[in-house]
Amino acid sequence: MMKRDKCFRVLARHVTDEVVVSTYSSAVDWLNLGERTLNYFSVGAMGLDSSHALGLALGRPNKRIICLQGDGSLLMNLGCLVTIAAAAPRNLVHIVVQNGTYEANGGHPIPNTEVEFAAMARAAGYAHVHDFSQLANFEQQAAHVLKQEGPVFATLHVERTKPLTYDYPNLYDPARRKALKAALQSS
Amino acid sequence: MDADLLTEPDDKIELKGSGIIAAIKASGIEFVLSVPDIVTSGGLLRPIARDPELKLIRVCKEDECIGIASGLSYCDKRALTLIQYTGFLDSINAIRGIAVEYGQPICMMIGLLGHDPYTTPRNSPRYGVRIIEPILDAMGIPHHLVNEEADVAKIRPAIEDAYANSHPVALLIGRRPSAS
Repeated sequence: MMKRDKCFRVLARHVTDEVVVSTYSSAVDWLNLGERTLNYFSVGAMGLDSSHALGLALGRPNKRIICLQGDGSLLMNLGCLVTIAAAAPRNLVHIVVQNGTYEANGGHPIPNTEVEFAAMARAAGYAHVHDFSQLANFEQQAAHVLKQEGPVFATLHVERTKPLTYDYPNLYDPARRKALKAALQSS
Repeated sequence: MDADLLTEPDDKIELKGSGIIAAIKASGIEFVLSVPDIVTSGGLLRPIARDPELKLIRVCKEDECIGIASGLSYCDKRALTLIQYTGFLDSINAIRGIAVEYGQPICMMIGLLGHDPYTTPRNSPRYGVRIIEPILDAMGIPHHLVNEEADVAKIRPAIEDAYANSHPVALLIGRRPSAS
């Protein structure tokens, strides 16, 4: 079992000009690693992070899009696996952080903590599917995962963390959306 | 013949699907995001699926459209969400968060299943249809009824305004468009 913040530190070493979509606990841990204009936090409804990421991937096929989605979020939008696989964006990397809880909503367990998201993604038709439980293995594979031709899916099995502080006004600041849009439309 | 290509037996007024699609294209729409709806299936979705000028993304559930359209809008790409009113109702939270609170140009074309096109949506025989316009009003979302040929002219200005001023819009399809 891994820790989410350590996994993201590994990921951050390989992220340069990609757009990173994330929400809730993943967004908090990702933002703790530093400000980036190309962070996309304003998802607006739980579960739709992966759908926003698909829209970005279709809209900017030459730019890499990374989605950091919680397991509770994916469960609210499981159909996205089929939609994304069918749309087949080559530039989308869909990472699901599985800690078995609705962490931002009191830490209650998801209905089945043993659910195998990687198997679902494989069955849905993702081009490449990964499942990581060991940090050393993820460190070794992260660069490869991010460069594969998508859609790529990876589950990160992580421990629950101590309660986080969710600064939603900061995460959802309209200025972030404006800056991201300007960056995407000018590059 | 598939059920969606049949015309309503008692409907003497034709609403041409080709005219609606021309208006969609003239509005700069590049992507159509859809879950099938029997009202718009034969006259809109089938021809859109064959149209090389439009990219159709078939989704599993209507709220996905709202997220996808949002992502596309950041990339300066225009999208139309083509769904049934039941899917609109199912997507209210996504529309609330993304389209209304974030002020995103989410353009929805909504088929009014079970509506009598000879009356207004507020007087529809179908409860689900009667509540659509009041819900849109409560959410502050501009809406336009496309019920006959003259209404097709509303489509382009509505979509242009949504993108120019970054707000959602709903185009309500009151009768089954023909496949011509």
